[in-house]
Amino acid sequence: MLFGNALKKLKEGLTKTRETLFSKVAALVSTKSVIDDDMLERLEEILISGDVGVETTMLILENIKNRVKQEKTESSDQLTTLLKDEIARVLHVDGQNESGNTDLPAAPRPYVIMVVGVNGVGKTTTIGKLAFVYKEKGYKVIVGAADTFRAAANEQLEIWAQRAGVDIIQQKHGADPAAVAYDSLSSALARGADVLIIDTAGRLHTKINLMEELKKMRRVLEKRLPGAPNEVLLVLDATTGQNALQQVKQFTAAVEVTGLVLTKLDGTAKGGIVLAISNELKIPVKFIGVGEQIDDLQAFDRKAFVDALFDGFPQPSMP
Amino acid sequence: MFESLSQKLESVFKKLRGEGRITEANVAESLREIRRVLLDADVNYKVAKQFIEDVQKRAVGQEVLNSITPGQLIIKIIYDEMVKLLGESKADIQSSQTPPTVVLIAGLQGSGKTTFSAKLARFLRAKGSNPLLVAADVHRPAAIDQLITLGKQLEIPVYSERGAGAVKIAGDSIDFARKNVRDTVIIDTAGRLHLDEEMMQEVAAIKEITKPHEILFVVDAMTGQDAVNTAKAFHDRLDFDGVVLTKLDGDSRGGAALSIRSVVQKPIKFIGIGEKLDALEPFYPERIASRILGMGDIVTLVEKAQEQFDQEKAGKLEEKLRKSQFTLEDFLDQLREVKKMGPLSQVLGMIPGMNRLPDNVQVDDNALVRIEAMIQSMTQEERSRPAIINGSRRRRISVGSGTTVQEVNRLLKQFEEMQRMMKRITKGGLKRAMQGMRMPMR
Repeated sequence: MLFGNALKKLKEGLTKTRETLFSKVAALVSTKSVIDDDMLERLEEILISGDVGVETTMLILENIKNRVKQEKTESSDQLTTLLKDEIARVLHVDGQNESGNTDLPAAPRPYVIMVVGVNGVGKTTTIGKLAFVYKEKGYKVIVGAADTFRAAANEQLEIWAQRAGVDIIQQKHGADPAAVAYDSLSSALARGADVLIIDTAGRLHTKINLMEELKKMRRVLEKRLPGAPNEVLLVLDATTGQNALQQVKQFTAAVEVTGLVLTKLDGTAKGGIVLAISNELKIPVKFIGVGEQIDDLQAFDRKAFVDALFDGFPQPSMP
Repeated sequence: MFESLSQKLESVFKKLRGEGRITEANVAESLREIRRVLLDADVNYKVAKQFIEDVQKRAVGQEVLNSITPGQLIIKIIYDEMVKLLGESKADIQSSQTPPTVVLIAGLQGSGKTTFSAKLARFLRAKGSNPLLVAADVHRPAAIDQLITLGKQLEIPVYSERGAGAVKIAGDSIDFARKNVRDTVIIDTAGRLHLDEEMMQEVAAIKEITKPHEILFVVDAMTGQDAVNTAKAFHDRLDFDGVVLTKLDGDSRGGAALSIRSVVQKPIKFIGIGEKLDALEPFYPERIASRILGMGDIVTLVEKAQEQFDQEKAGKLEEKLRKSQFTLEDFLDQLREVKKMGPLSQVLGMIPGMNRLPDNVQVDDNALVRIEAMIQSMTQEERSRPAIINGSRRRRISVGSGTTVQEVNRLLKQFEEMQRMMKRITKGGLKRAMQGMRMPMR
């Protein structure tokens, strides 16, 4: 029941994306009967306009060209199937959760999740939604308010914690974020929480001192509980362009990002940048945000994601 | 990045020069390289295409074909066209003859509206006006608290009403400003998606009731291809007067600036370059053009240097350079001046070719501290005659500064190279040295 609902939401959230991106493919397919250079050039425009990036677009086009040659599928009706296949292939990253399942691994407890990202991508909102997802699953959730920099960040997280019905650990504005992280983990251990989600201040990946601060938080968590954090989620705004590649690289170098959360997919932005990231950097997408409500966060499901993009088109074969 | 683009283009032409003539086809090949640079910088696909076509018309003329450095000439044409397209520099806020002047701030979620509102208030106060900030973001949790906190920091009043709607707050704030003699009202609104009809109606209603003299659209410099769609949708609805580009202190190339400018034809008025409340600058098209092409921002660097450098010291330094008497003591002075200009990473980013450092190069401000410590551990004589620093002196310096002998060696070697370069500059004149450095714009 829940799944059906989730799929509907995902489709709704992605409606704009689909209309602007893949209705173009459909329109393109209907104009010609054979796949030719002109068609591929227009496909290039569609992909680049979706923030897929030059390199990954070229790869996808190259693969399509080769398959057209090998499989002798010249008919343009085949283009959508080929494209869907190739997008699914590019999106595949080893070790990726394929099922859209939000169960936590059986151990350890607390499962520590650190959430990082540049300013304004929606970290605090994502944490509110994430807390709600786990709470609904029956886990005992605690959030740690380690964004001690931005004015009123604590208050914002507190409101989200209330909405989700979970506990929040905080200190005063301007406190050492590593100290808040340490405190939160101690509390989570003492209270026997299943999952601890730590908010951090937004920071541009180019600021070395702020990235060092993040590294310190990671070290402090590890010291309090070996193995923590178990997950480092980088939140990315779906409207971000090619700079997202730099963000992923720099944050990964600093705190070993384990997965991405793609937010604001309810806009006209295509979030095509995740294709570039999957292809070039092999970091899996774990969650996507498709709206402003508390239940608008979903575990990433590659098949459903590609299906939603191509709603109404034939199923691809998964690599 | 520019270096590599420039080199790529030169090699395209060099190869062909060996074979014979430079043709339109080769120019087209180089334009493809440039197109890729534009797309990697997030310039919108259509905008990039149109732009390249316009440039092509100019670039296939004899001017380029006969040039000795066609690659660089093409970049110059591109750069000039881009500056032209980005529009006039430094547009100001329109002010009303009868106060208060009303400024409305709008944009997507997370673009930086609240921070920009506070920065703008500070900026306008410095110019002699009496601003009032208005917290009309009633949607994001704690957004009002955020603006109130920022207002407190700046000692600028913030108008808010708990529990009221955004339109009412905005309307009431104008009366409040009149009564309290505030001559400028800056209204911070909630972030909204251009697809969200209800929210777009709200901001249109705020516009209706407050009759703003200036509407600014705030956009994140890291935005990708979608920037044009959003800007156009907001513009259709609000007919805004100018654009604010935020988060330019990162390493994004800001191609969105070119896209938005081409599509809505409204000037970019301000850029945000940091989280601190004084990190706001007027917009200069030349700088963004350099950035999109990955050419660094030498103009800003020179200006910053002029701001920060002690004129008298600079005069003395020039004298020393001429006489080839540049010592480690002077080097230390220079380092301190550079440090004043801001974090090293930011300064380096403005130097052509340096803005895209390889991933393994860490720009570390601490390195400066270590160099400073090493030089301070030297005697006066050692600083003016580094040649006398032998093995045992090196050991002493490393112990004194808490560094290693290897680091001292590296510093001395770098200094030696620097002296050699300085000599070349003073002998051949600055112009010749610059030529050696492959400067694009001569």
